[in-house]
Amino acid sequence: MASLTPDAPGPAATEHVARVRSHNRSFGDTHVLKSIDFEIRSSEFVALLGRSGCGKSTLLRSIARLDPAPAGEVEVNGRTGVAFQEPRLLDWRTVHQNVALALINSPERRSRFELAEKTLAEVGLTEKLDAWPLRLSGGQAQRVSLARALVSNPALLLLDEPFSALDALTRIEMHQLVIELWRRHSIAILVVTHDVDEALALADRIVVMDGGRMAHEWRIGARRDDRAHTRPEIARLRAELLEALGVQPTPPNPNRNRLENQGAA
Amino acid sequence: MTTTALAGPPDATRSGRRTNPRARDGSRLSFLRRWVSPLVLLALWELASVTGVLSERKLASPVQIAQAAWELIQDGTLAEDTLVSLQRVAIGFTIGAVIGISLAIVAGLSRFGEDVVDPPMQMLRTLPHFGLVSLFIIWFGIGETPKIALIAMGATFPLYLNTFGGIRGIERKTLEAAKSMHLTWSQRIRHVIMPGALPQTLVGLRQSLGIAWLSLIVAETIAPDAGLGSMINDAREFQQTDIVVVGLVVYSLLGLSTDSIVRYIERKALAWRA
Repeated sequence: MASLTPDAPGPAATEHVARVRSHNRSFGDTHVLKSIDFEIRSSEFVALLGRSGCGKSTLLRSIARLDPAPAGEVEVNGRTGVAFQEPRLLDWRTVHQNVALALINSPERRSRFELAEKTLAEVGLTEKLDAWPLRLSGGQAQRVSLARALVSNPALLLLDEPFSALDALTRIEMHQLVIELWRRHSIAILVVTHDVDEALALADRIVVMDGGRMAHEWRIGARRDDRAHTRPEIARLRAELLEALGVQPTPPNPNRNRLENQGAA
Repeated sequence: MTTTALAGPPDATRSGRRTNPRARDGSRLSFLRRWVSPLVLLALWELASVTGVLSERKLASPVQIAQAAWELIQDGTLAEDTLVSLQRVAIGFTIGAVIGISLAIVAGLSRFGEDVVDPPMQMLRTLPHFGLVSLFIIWFGIGETPKIALIAMGATFPLYLNTFGGIRGIERKTLEAAKSMHLTWSQRIRHVIMPGALPQTLVGLRQSLGIAWLSLIVAETIAPDAGLGSMINDAREFQQTDIVVVGLVVYSLLGLSTDSIVRYIERKALAWRA
């Protein structure tokens, strides 16, 4: 269950939106990615989990073509959209213009403002169309960033720790929004995160990276609204993920049962 | 229910009307107060002139200056001279701005451009450019060219330094976002680099305009033949201190008006800043 089997393509392998083969990256003497084999199938929701410096963001950047990758090592079918940890909006363009600009070189460039408006409506920001980015809250700005990544109708959406700078409640709202968008557009999503619970809430498949390699992989069968931590298999998976990330489990609280009994009485 | 709803808003507006004018009256009062001391100084100046404490050969009285200004406006010489000066600044400033901003773009967009452009610019900017007057006269004679060259030289550096700094100040992450949107180079310059550097460029614009006017005043002392400088120069020959002061006032009004134009542009173009 927890081991990688890259030589077992499976029936849907031809429908991949991204395929990475024996991909290496190094900065100076530091090997950040070591012979990575990785695939994202269409409409798949994958979470790439790992500690800081494990190479997960570097892999995302390779797939997004933000860094040069040798020909053949990274293959992407169709458009990609990227959203980062910071919204990275152009402060001097309105929300509407920011999103429309992502279509300026696409075949849909003539209708880019209508499409931008439609996508902004999907993320619930119709009333902020003409607002300046600096007047938005963190969550709103991140939703604009999401709309900008989505407006070109990509086959693959790449999210690089997109919610880690948001407060906990906004983060939950963003999770719901991303799941909704993923269902509606049936796109593939790769989310890079260090947050185990975020990965558990969002993904079909969780890949843990360690030291520039793919270390472990899990598939989650449970429905997204049925992933409470109290469910034994989710709790077990969570413990496995934390262990894979090198986090020691919390020792059980000896008073827990007593407190619960008192509460019931 | 209805009565309270009806009674609510008028009350609010009435109390609003009650507090607002008071605040406005206060600011109007302080505005008027700020005019008191300049007017008192002007009155003292007039008094000193009328009583003969201040000789007309040193400094004309405010009334005489006003009369001189009126006459110069009436016979059209003031407008004529002002236009000549304005044209010099316009041409010199435009040349300086084009050079400064173009070099800043070249230096700002690539390390290679920076290595080529920036060292000579940093060396030249330390030269006191008014010191170049003698060289400019040797090179360009005493016509319009040295005057315009001096103004252009003065205007170039603040725009270069600020625009260059503005371009370099744009976050790498913002540029990367532009890359992830697949913008072409020209689109990146148009949508990311130029507007991103604009706040800093406008700071440079104000400094450049200030130096351009200053350079004009110095440039117009080179063999003055027309323009405000020559008007002042001629007046000096005949010790007409009233006309000298009129010239100075026009210089400062012109500088003030271009400065407020830039401030207006700043308000409009930088509305996005929170």
